Amino acid sequence: MLTDYLTSEMIELQVEVNNWEEAVRAGGALLVASGKVEERYVDAMVNAVNELGPYMVLAPGLALAHSRPEDGVKEVCMSIINLATPVEFGSQENDPVYVIISFGGVDHESHIGMLQELARFLLDEENQKFLREATSASEMLNAFNK
Amino acid sequence: MSKVKVMIICGFGLGSSMVLKMTLDDVLKEENIDVETFCSDSYVGTGEQYDIVFTSQELVYLFENNPQPTVVISNFLSKDEIRNKGLEPLREVIENHGK
Repeated sequence: MLTDYLTSEMIELQVEVNNWEEAVRAGGALLVASGKVEERYVDAMVNAVNELGPYMVLAPGLALAHSRPEDGVKEVCMSIINLATPVEFGSQENDPVYVIISFGGVDHESHIGMLQELARFLLDEENQKFLREATSASEMLNAFNK
Repeated sequence: MSKVKVMIICGFGLGSSMVLKMTLDDVLKEENIDVETFCSDSYVGTGEQYDIVFTSQELVYLFENNPQPTVVISNFLSKDEIRNKGLEPLREVIENHGK
């Protein structure tokens, strides 16, 4: 279940940030606080955008921030934040970004089920809009549980 | 005959490309197209055996010297975009596969 990973501690809504890096760090901070990734994983997520470009912005308004398992992931985990004011990642097609979903995987397989459920949810464009605008973590959890 | 190999590329081959693979697999199922889809990353992917590659604008340059077709997708959650940009080149690859 997606909500096995996305508990209320892993959701922060209407976050105030000034740029994409702060946004990635805000999402990553939730993973660090859960104890499931080391702090260096957050640096690695930021570096990934710096090195590989904004390809993690995989749909309009939505970024999937992550790095490699060996960058300090202890357990499979996921967090989600939305922003009070969207930020630019430099993605021609998909800026500005309102929602940052961050995740850590321990290998190339064990997080697939989690991502599959997430993708299933996001394939409905109404759900993408809902994540952008959500102001309540409990409403969000209910939506994931539907 | 072996199946046509569709490679999906993102930076690490474990996040964005997985999402694109799921969306693409959905489209393929709806269209009754039987191919092999797999994810790879920007380092390994350039050396993989494949027949057609799906990736994002940022990583296209990795494949620009390869003869196989490259499909650029900007919204990894859009079945419409995948249909519009991907189905024609994919069907062409399938048509010529093994010839």
